[in-house]
Amino acid sequence: MTADRSMALGLARRIRHRVAVANETWTMLALIILVIFFTVREPGKFPTLDNFSLIAQNSATYLVMAVGQTFVILTAGIDLAVGSVLVLGGVVADLYCIHHGGANAGWSAIGIGAVLGMASGAGWGAMQGFLVAKAKIPPLIATLAGFGAASGVSYLITGGADFRTVPTRLVNTIGLGSIGGVPWLIVISFAVALVFGLLLAYTRFGRYTYAIGSNAEAARRAGIAVDRHLIKVYALSGWMAGLAGLLALANFDSTTIAGHTTDNLTVITAVVLGGASLFGGRGSMLGTVIGVFIPEVLLTGLVILTINQYWQDVAIGVVLAAAVYLDQFRRRLRERG
Amino acid sequence: MAEPLLEARDLTKHYGQVRALDGASFAVFPGEVVALIGDNGAGKSTLVKALSGAIRPDGGKILISGRAVHLSSPLDAREHGVETVYQDLALAPDLDAAANLHLGREICVVPFLRVLNRARMRRVAAAAFADLGIELPDPGAPVASLSGGQRQSVAVARAVAYASSVIFMDEPTAALGVLQRGKVLDTVRRVRDRGVAVVLISHNMPEVLAVCDRIEVLRLGRRVARFTAAQASVEDLVGAMTGAIAAEDGGQEAGDDR
Repeated sequence: MTADRSMALGLARRIRHRVAVANETWTMLALIILVIFFTVREPGKFPTLDNFSLIAQNSATYLVMAVGQTFVILTAGIDLAVGSVLVLGGVVADLYCIHHGGANAGWSAIGIGAVLGMASGAGWGAMQGFLVAKAKIPPLIATLAGFGAASGVSYLITGGADFRTVPTRLVNTIGLGSIGGVPWLIVISFAVALVFGLLLAYTRFGRYTYAIGSNAEAARRAGIAVDRHLIKVYALSGWMAGLAGLLALANFDSTTIAGHTTDNLTVITAVVLGGASLFGGRGSMLGTVIGVFIPEVLLTGLVILTINQYWQDVAIGVVLAAAVYLDQFRRRLRERG
Repeated sequence: MAEPLLEARDLTKHYGQVRALDGASFAVFPGEVVALIGDNGAGKSTLVKALSGAIRPDGGKILISGRAVHLSSPLDAREHGVETVYQDLALAPDLDAAANLHLGREICVVPFLRVLNRARMRRVAAAAFADLGIELPDPGAPVASLSGGQRQSVAVARAVAYASSVIFMDEPTAALGVLQRGKVLDTVRRVRDRGVAVVLISHNMPEVLAVCDRIEVLRLGRRVARFTAAQASVEDLVGAMTGAIAAEDGGQEAGDDR
C-alpha cells in the first residue's frame, strides 16, 4: 500500500519534473499568455482570422530560416549568414528569370530560377559547413565571414540596385496569392516546418544532429561521420535561407538586398526563445515555431494597442535574456537529477 | 594455454621525445578478466588506445585470434568484436539510455529516409540492461539526469551489447560509490561468464585481485610482470609497478607467447 503510493508519487514527481524541464512548456505558456492578454484588451481587433493570417504571413520567411537554424543550433553551432544568403538566393533566382522572360517569365523559368536560388543557398551553406567542420573555424566566425561575403556577392550581381523585375506569376501566387483560402506563404512555411520537424524528431539524421550537439566526441567515437553531418546541417540552413529568399522575392516583388541585415538576429532569437540550447543537444521544431510567433504576436498586439511598437524590441531583449537564463537553470536542475 | 584472443607484440609509440610504449606486449585469453595495471605514465592508456584502434602504434604487431591486423580506427576494432568503455564515458548526455546504447548503430526503417525504429531500439535496450541486471528508474530520461553509476552502467551495457570478443574498461569504478562499484564488478563477471574477455584498467589493487583472473603490469612502456590473481598479493603488484620486483612472469608459469 505505502509502496504503491510512494511509487505513484515518484511517477507523478517524475512527470512533473519532465514537464518542468521540457523545452516547449515555458515558451508555449508565454505565447498563450500573450494571446490571451491582447484578446482581453482588444477583443474586437486582435483575435481575428485576418490578424492571425497577417501574423503568419509576416513570419513566413523567418519561420523557414528558423527551421534551418534549429538544426544548426542543435549541433551547438550558429548561422549568422541567413539574411545574406536569403538575399543571395533571391538575387540568383531573379537573375535567371530576368534573362528568361522577365516579368512575363513562365513557370518553367521560374522553376529553374527557384532551383538555382535554393542551390546557391545550399552551396553557400555547405561551404560554411566545410569551414566549421574541416577547417575548424568557430561557427560564429565562419558564418560571420559568410554573412559579409554573401552580401557582397549579391551587391556585385545587382550592381548595388535592387532587381525590381520579378515574374508576375510568382508574385501573384507564392507572394500574394492563396490556395483554398490559405496564403501560399503560410502553406509553404508551415509545410517546411512540419517536414523538417518530422525529419528532426524521427530520423537518424535528426538523431545525429542531437548527438553531435550533445557530445561531438562521443558521436565521433560511436562511428558517426561528424564532419560530414555538420556540412549537411549548414547546407540545410543555407537551403532554407535560399527558399526564404524566394518567398521574400515573391512577397516584396523585389530583391530587397538591404532589407535583411538583422534577419539572423530575429531568427536566432526565435530558435532560442523556442527552447533550443545554444550549447547544443536540446530543442525542438515545435519550440522553434512557437519562438517565431512570440515576437510577431507581441509586435502586432502592441500596434493594435497603439503602444509604441519599439517596445517590442525592448521586450524581446528582456525575454531573450530570460530564455537563456532559464536554459542554464534547467541545465543545472537536470544535472542535479 | 589457449591462443590469445587479442595480443600486442612489442608495440612502440613515440610522442615527440616521449616513449609512451617501448616494446610493450600484452595478451588477452578467451573467457578471462585480465587487469592491466601500472603507475601513471606507464603507458596503459596508450596501449589501450592502440588496441582499440584509437591510435596507430609506430611499431610492433597486433594479433586478433592469431592473425596480424591493422586497426586504423575504432570502427576497425569494433568489427573484430573489440569494444571500449572510455573513462570519460563518451555518452551523449541529452539523449536517453536507449539512444545512447544504439548511438551510431541505430535501427532504422524506410531505406533512404532512415526513420528510427524507436520501439525496437527501446526493447533491445531494455533487454540489454536487464541482461546485466541494470535498473534504470526512468529509461526515457536523458542520461545527464542519471547518477554516475547508472551512466557507467549504460556505457558498459553499450560495449557489452556489441562486443563479441574483448571489452576494454578504463577505470570503470573510479568515480563510483561502494555499492555502485560492486554492481559494476558484478557486471564485469557476468560479461566474462558470457565468454567475452574483459580487460580492466584500474588503480585499485584489492579490486583487481578480487575480480581478475590474471594481471599484467606495465612499467615505463613495457610489460614487466604477469601474475595469476590467486597467487599474487597487493605487495607483489605494487612491487612490480614501482620496479622493486623486476621479474617478468612473476607467479605465473613461463608460458611462452612471444
